[in-house]
Amino acid sequence: MNTLLQINNSITVQQALDFVQTPECGGVAVFVGNVRNVTQQKKVTKLLFECYEPMALLEMEKIAQHTIDKMGIKKIAILHIVGEKLPGDTVVVIAAASAHRAAAFAACEYAIDTLKETVPIWKKEYFEDGAVWVAAHP
Amino acid sequence: MRVLLFGIAKDIAGAPFIMAEGITTVAELKVWLYKQYPALQKLRSLMIAVNKVYAADVDVLKPEDEIAIIPPVSGG
Repeated sequence: MNTLLQINNSITVQQALDFVQTPECGGVAVFVGNVRNVTQQKKVTKLLFECYEPMALLEMEKIAQHTIDKMGIKKIAILHIVGEKLPGDTVVVIAAASAHRAAAFAACEYAIDTLKETVPIWKKEYFEDGAVWVAAHP
Repeated sequence: MRVLLFGIAKDIAGAPFIMAEGITTVAELKVWLYKQYPALQKLRSLMIAVNKVYAADVDVLKPEDEIAIIPPVSGG
């Protein structure tokens, strides 16, 4: 298997790195997304992530397969959390391995950008005075 | 047919799934949803997934399909 796709309550950078490690790859790039503590000058107290898991895994598989078929990636891991997270917590990890570094950098950027557009995961941001589903309204 | 709801769409409907009858296409489902839950019209987008794949307005719905309302996604 060249892809590791997971949606879990807890994820680590190390499990993504361990998965993509292979002697044929000289370059490994990693993207880590964490909960930010402020949005538009308002203090964020926590985030809630909800997911349509079977479809999210299929959309993540499409992203991973594209990086392998079209972008020169040998192995890729895409991990995303669900549930409640606090500022500083890791919510998404992408690790991509390729023979040379350029493909790995490009694949990480492509994977996180596409994930944010197509994968059915939703986050609700909680502030001291309320909560909003992120990006729901224009 | 059973329709799954997520994120803000689930909050608007007040339930994780709803029942819709007499609907045969994605376009008809959207018209029905907007009438039942006008707040859905204010969202940035509203996609329908059929059997875990994004569907087009012209796609036909069958009673056994797994249908889901996909409000604007915000993962990552």
